[in-house]
Amino acid sequence: MAAFVRRADLDFLLFDWLDAEGLTGRARFADHGRETFAAALDTAEAIAARHFQPHNRKADIEEPRLENGRVVVVPEAKAALDAFREAGFFAMEAAPEAGGMALPHLVAQACFGVFDAANIATASYPLLTIAAANLIESFGSDDQKRRYLPAMRAGRFFGTMALTEPQAGSSLGDVRTTATPAGDGTWRIKGGKIFISGGEHELSDNIVHLVLCRIAGAPPGPKGLSLMLVSKYAVGDDGSLGRRNDVALGGLIHKMGWRGTTSTVLNFGERDACVAELVGEPGRGLAQMFQMMNEARIGVGLGAAMLGHAGYLAALDYARTRPQGRPADAKDVTRPQVAIVEHADVRRMLLAQKAYSEGAMALCLYAARLVDDSRTLPDADARAHAHRLLDVLTPIVKAWPAEWCLEANKLAIQVHGGYGFTREYPVEQFYRDNRLNPIHEGTNGIQALDLLGRKVTMQDGAALADLLARIDATAARAAAEPALQDMAGALDAAARRLDRVTQAARAAMAGGRAGAALANASAYLDLAGHTVVAWLWLDQTLAALRLPDGPLPRGKRAACRWFFRWELPKCAHWADLVEQLDGSVGETDPDWL
Amino acid sequence: MKVLVAVKRVVDYNVKIRVKADKTGVETANVKMSMNPFDEIGVEEAVRLKEAGVATEIVAVSLGVPQCQETIRTALAMGADRGILVETDQVLEPLAVAKLLKAVVEKEQPGLVVLGKQAIDDDANQTGQMLAALLGWPQATFASKLAIDGDKADVTREVDGGLETIRIPLPAIVTTDLRLNEPRYASLPNIMKAKKKPIETVKPADLGVDPAPRLVTLKVEEPAKRQAGIKVKTVAELVDKLKTEARVI
Repeated sequence: MAAFVRRADLDFLLFDWLDAEGLTGRARFADHGRETFAAALDTAEAIAARHFQPHNRKADIEEPRLENGRVVVVPEAKAALDAFREAGFFAMEAAPEAGGMALPHLVAQACFGVFDAANIATASYPLLTIAAANLIESFGSDDQKRRYLPAMRAGRFFGTMALTEPQAGSSLGDVRTTATPAGDGTWRIKGGKIFISGGEHELSDNIVHLVLCRIAGAPPGPKGLSLMLVSKYAVGDDGSLGRRNDVALGGLIHKMGWRGTTSTVLNFGERDACVAELVGEPGRGLAQMFQMMNEARIGVGLGAAMLGHAGYLAALDYARTRPQGRPADAKDVTRPQVAIVEHADVRRMLLAQKAYSEGAMALCLYAARLVDDSRTLPDADARAHAHRLLDVLTPIVKAWPAEWCLEANKLAIQVHGGYGFTREYPVEQFYRDNRLNPIHEGTNGIQALDLLGRKVTMQDGAALADLLARIDATAARAAAEPALQDMAGALDAAARRLDRVTQAARAAMAGGRAGAALANASAYLDLAGHTVVAWLWLDQTLAALRLPDGPLPRGKRAACRWFFRWELPKCAHWADLVEQLDGSVGETDPDWL
Repeated sequence: MKVLVAVKRVVDYNVKIRVKADKTGVETANVKMSMNPFDEIGVEEAVRLKEAGVATEIVAVSLGVPQCQETIRTALAMGADRGILVETDQVLEPLAVAKLLKAVVEKEQPGLVVLGKQAIDDDANQTGQMLAALLGWPQATFASKLAIDGDKADVTREVDGGLETIRIPLPAIVTTDLRLNEPRYASLPNIMKAKKKPIETVKPADLGVDPAPRLVTLKVEEPAKRQAGIKVKTVAELVDKLKTEARVI
């Protein structure tokens, strides 16, 4: 089995490119140094290798099942999550007084990425738990923080995000689950939720569901939604667990990938006795949820990137050891066969995977670093600047890795030929697991609408201007390097084109043609995504120039060059579609399909 | 009782070892380094003794370049209390390590010294034995079980024929074998605590030891590549090859 993560690549991105060590200059991270960051990654790698990766396939084959009303998950998942808990990863970003390590978001994400690469399905339990805990920390009452947060930070309670209903998926404003006051400060909720990951299992002592619902009498649409906390077991003031709440498992959902994660149908209040607590303000449920969305979407993007990375490493290992055929210009059949990595077309597929997966890892970690900047930069304007940049990048951070690292996994299968199509090799599972990422946490179509319809227009386009300024700065530095001059010019041209196309689309939307502009939103997302990733590739390559010569810096340059020659030119086509308000989609009547 | 554990910084066991082009050694530049796995077992055993109330203090000692501090930090994050780095850029052979450790032992006066049975880089399997001889202390090597009973230690050793249990008086030297325990991970809170634990740095000259190598490395080469196999057509041919080529029958 090939390694699932190449630590040198992560170390390069963290330490040589994103200056993780520089974060130790901020008060919150002052106790840290490169050695504590590296030690945390070492522990993540050791636990992932010993406990997560070995049951990745088994949990896929033996997906969770119902036995006498109980959900049975492969026992290895619990052992892995126990190791994760004992090592303190549930609280890796929490303050030391809360039992945490106060890791920067950047380093915490890198640690989490190691678990994603090893076993994304088992890693999703802590992913959801940490996200739910962050929500309670941001919006919960002091009482809620006291009763739930320590147990979640210690990994004794797991969390879920119960949003989706059969009639309300992408359109969360149509949620129907209803909350009524019980008169004692608590609420009773009633309704059905679907696709709730981690909704039922016995991996933790308790499950804390964060349920999006409508308080009876609240207005329709998103502004009428509130967030309620529903604990599987009642939690007493002393933290003791009491009677079971009225949350019933309606069934398990059988998925294409991520099969180790229980996916559930949950019925709240079948007996009209589902006790719930309001989290934050009534009517602010969706807004509160969205406040956490930037980070949740980095988590999705990074998961996709790490699956791309794991697939790339598997394909690379296979290509280096599988002999087949002879070189194109030395076809002597009496000579031994060469490893397929010697064939140019196989190298093309490997370069593509490297460019997609390392480009996506760079994108997600860059965004994670912006999260740190938006929280800990000393200057308020600089924090706001980082936050605005993060806002505009978020749809790309979610969608680009999901789209292109799925493509990378497709190529990982292709490199394996027929063997890749079998379950004897890991790549088909990476592909199935990664297929979720363009769908959940807001489909890629939703991300495209968010980017073009909202993010690049907000504050009169200020966020896009910030982004273009950063791209320009990189292009200017690259222009001073003889080896990178041509790519600096290409990046500059791509940025100018993105700017012009955006102005054209904004003018159309402002002029009453929003539908015609947004009909090409997915092309705009591709255009912006490829431009951003080209920028980050050139920026990484500038950092790699400072390293001593070797395979890593040469590999960075080769992948960057490949991206600029094979991928960036696609932007011209996407730009045309958006700029011309192409009508081939928007003008097609549904009846004609 | 104070326990002293020796921890060596070696090329990580996952790294594919490459021989330097000039055949003077193996490539260690830009290669992931970590604690010798047998030494991790030693640290774990010491931490278990402390958790059981037998050990009162654990001192982790490493010898070599300044980066050996990272290896000591790992031991501190696993539960050791403080560290000592004997800092030198000199290539250290087992005899030099044993002499340096002897000087540290005389200063620290531990009741027990735990070392890995060997390091995975040079596989010498000598340091523990040499240290015992230099100190004139009893030794129990290849330990798969360790129980302290007052001023004695019962140690089960992995020997060719099976397991041998011996009783030795303390202070003593114990070297660890693979089955002694399964080392714990450095948990995140303990990584932070380790940062505040002290590491003292001394030089070989401070200890009155000359660590200069006594051996000369002539050359280092990769093992010969395994030859491709062949298919034999008949049993007779197989038997013939086993007799004449392999010479095993």
